[in-house]
Amino acid sequence: MTTRIDTRFAELKKQGRSAFVTYVMAGDPDLTTSLNIVKALPKAGADVIELGIPFTDPMADGPSIQAAGLRALKGGMTLKKTLELVRDFRKDDNVTPLVLMGYYNPIYIYGVDEFLADAKTAGVDGLIIVDLPPEEDDELCIPALKAGLNFIRLATPTTDDKRLPAVLANTSGFVYYVSIAGITGAAAADANAVGEAVARIKRHTKLPICVGFGIRTPEAARAIAEKADGSVVGTALVDALKNSLDAEGRATAKTVDAVAELTAALAQGVKGAKQAAE
Amino acid sequence: MNIAKPNSYRSGPDERGHFGIFGGRFVAETLMPLILDLEKAYTAAKADPAFQAEMNGYLKNYVGRPSPLYFAERLTEHLGGAKIYLKREELNHTGSHKVNNVLGQIMLARRMGKKRIIAETGAGQHGVATATLCARFGLECVVYMGAVDVERQQPNVIRMEMLGAKVVPVQSGTRTLKDAMNEALRDWVTNVHNTFYCIGTVAGPHPYPTLVRDFQSIIGNETKAQMQEVEGRLPDSLVACIGGGSNAMGLFHPFLDDPSVEIFGVEAAGHGLTQLHAASIAGGRPGVLHGNRTYLLMDADGQIQDAHSISAGLDYPGIGPEHSWLHEVGRVNYLSATDDEALAAFQLLSKLEGIIPALEPAHAIAKVMELAPKRPRDHLMVVNLSGRGDKDVPQVGDILRGKK
Repeated sequence: MTTRIDTRFAELKKQGRSAFVTYVMAGDPDLTTSLNIVKALPKAGADVIELGIPFTDPMADGPSIQAAGLRALKGGMTLKKTLELVRDFRKDDNVTPLVLMGYYNPIYIYGVDEFLADAKTAGVDGLIIVDLPPEEDDELCIPALKAGLNFIRLATPTTDDKRLPAVLANTSGFVYYVSIAGITGAAAADANAVGEAVARIKRHTKLPICVGFGIRTPEAARAIAEKADGSVVGTALVDALKNSLDAEGRATAKTVDAVAELTAALAQGVKGAKQAAE
Repeated sequence: MNIAKPNSYRSGPDERGHFGIFGGRFVAETLMPLILDLEKAYTAAKADPAFQAEMNGYLKNYVGRPSPLYFAERLTEHLGGAKIYLKREELNHTGSHKVNNVLGQIMLARRMGKKRIIAETGAGQHGVATATLCARFGLECVVYMGAVDVERQQPNVIRMEMLGAKVVPVQSGTRTLKDAMNEALRDWVTNVHNTFYCIGTVAGPHPYPTLVRDFQSIIGNETKAQMQEVEGRLPDSLVACIGGGSNAMGLFHPFLDDPSVEIFGVEAAGHGLTQLHAASIAGGRPGVLHGNRTYLLMDADGQIQDAHSISAGLDYPGIGPEHSWLHEVGRVNYLSATDDEALAAFQLLSKLEGIIPALEPAHAIAKVMELAPKRPRDHLMVVNLSGRGDKDVPQVGDILRGKK
């Protein structure tokens, strides 16, 4: 099975370029604005879209993404509407890979089999579920792979060589390397340490490796792009969105552009990178 | 690990930390290696007689165990039914059952070479116990506490600070126990290299529900021996309050395979089960939060709902996974008591027995007031008096004087 994710990374490899992966929260601050943002991302240079599933208790996220989730929930966002958003996005874009990222409970409550069928139909390519380590693969990972979705695993600085094979065993699409031990938006990633970690993971897998957590600027994105197959920016985009809202937290005429402009600047950073060392 | 035995309620969890469908290890990858290390360290410690001997020494001379099993004569007379015994966990050093578990976890942290301890707290009893043992063993201590709870449990905040702990008021979400736990998990993910997370209840990722239960089982084991000594037999019923459920699990677990013993857990019904409450079993369904699958209060989309209880220690939208399992298999009967019922019980016990209970076990006393009169005079009922009420005196005083 080849997903849009596999196709996209194969193309980028041919072009000799690292991927730029953007994260935004579905429904932040409302469904319509959020759909327009997601539609604007590929045009602004995003190669892969990660779309956050809002959750009340995001235990691996920092204050920015926590607040984004709560804004979305306040605006009436649900997992069902998140899938509708993906379906609407797919009407105009059948090539950009889209990955849902979040926590397990909303999916568990939706019903795993029903969710996987609906996600596949809507045009979701992969899942990143923060609180499902390989020890819980029976829950969603194995069923997702059977349903034809990629299950993208997080590897972290605490995932040592002994544990890596277990983490990589059922991973597909790409590997998401969390560059710091910490929550989203916290510390800055050190490009050299990231380079070593990417090299270490590459000894265990042929999958592309994208790096996230702590990348905020075009310069930082470029530095990571030189070491990895992709860089992920989330908190900085979420902050740009938040700064464009009015005093009541509602979208303004500037909101979509604010996210698109930062995306374009970051994408330029990534595209200016020298080819990642193999 | 335990081998599943037929006809036993005490054989769980399985090697993956499951009690039936409940429990498990639903955590971020960053924490997974540490949780596996903790499991290894705990298994080794359990098998090490020196660990148990050291712990027994502190339990006796520092905590003040065994805690008495006290015949509540005037409460018994007043209710006119079952003979009521109070397991006096409120007499432990630090004023609650929490210290039993904290001592065990701090000793594990020391074995694992961790110098920095973090904890979440609701009422502040677990925070105080953690701050106390960190002071005793010279460890850095950071306690996460919801900003709402910081406000309503001031005496415990002051105690923790006097003991040298840093208390961090948590402003996210509902600013109560669940958010304190989120924040503690975020700290742990960030400082995983040097930090031990001392969880206060029988919840969280495996092996926490098991190790907290094991450290708290001293309550039930002592009760069994003490009841044998004074009455020459097993009790007929057990009653304990439940937030996460550690004091209840500690009392219940040693009796689970004694079929003659009726067991009652009491959740917090807050303003009532049709309004804001904290009764996860009565008003929730199975979901995944804070590392385990268990009964949770949530909406149709799987978003966690706000809990409410007058008692900060019960104000949590979940419950330990083993309780969820004991509910599903029908071994334990889960009831609930409202804020008003708990307040009435708080006053009754204070006036009849000269014991001011914490608001948490006041919920258990409230159900004793219903259960005891319906039982014969030779029925032996044990209530876990899990904490003392000093911390609640300002809050209850305000309520009784009509200020809140």
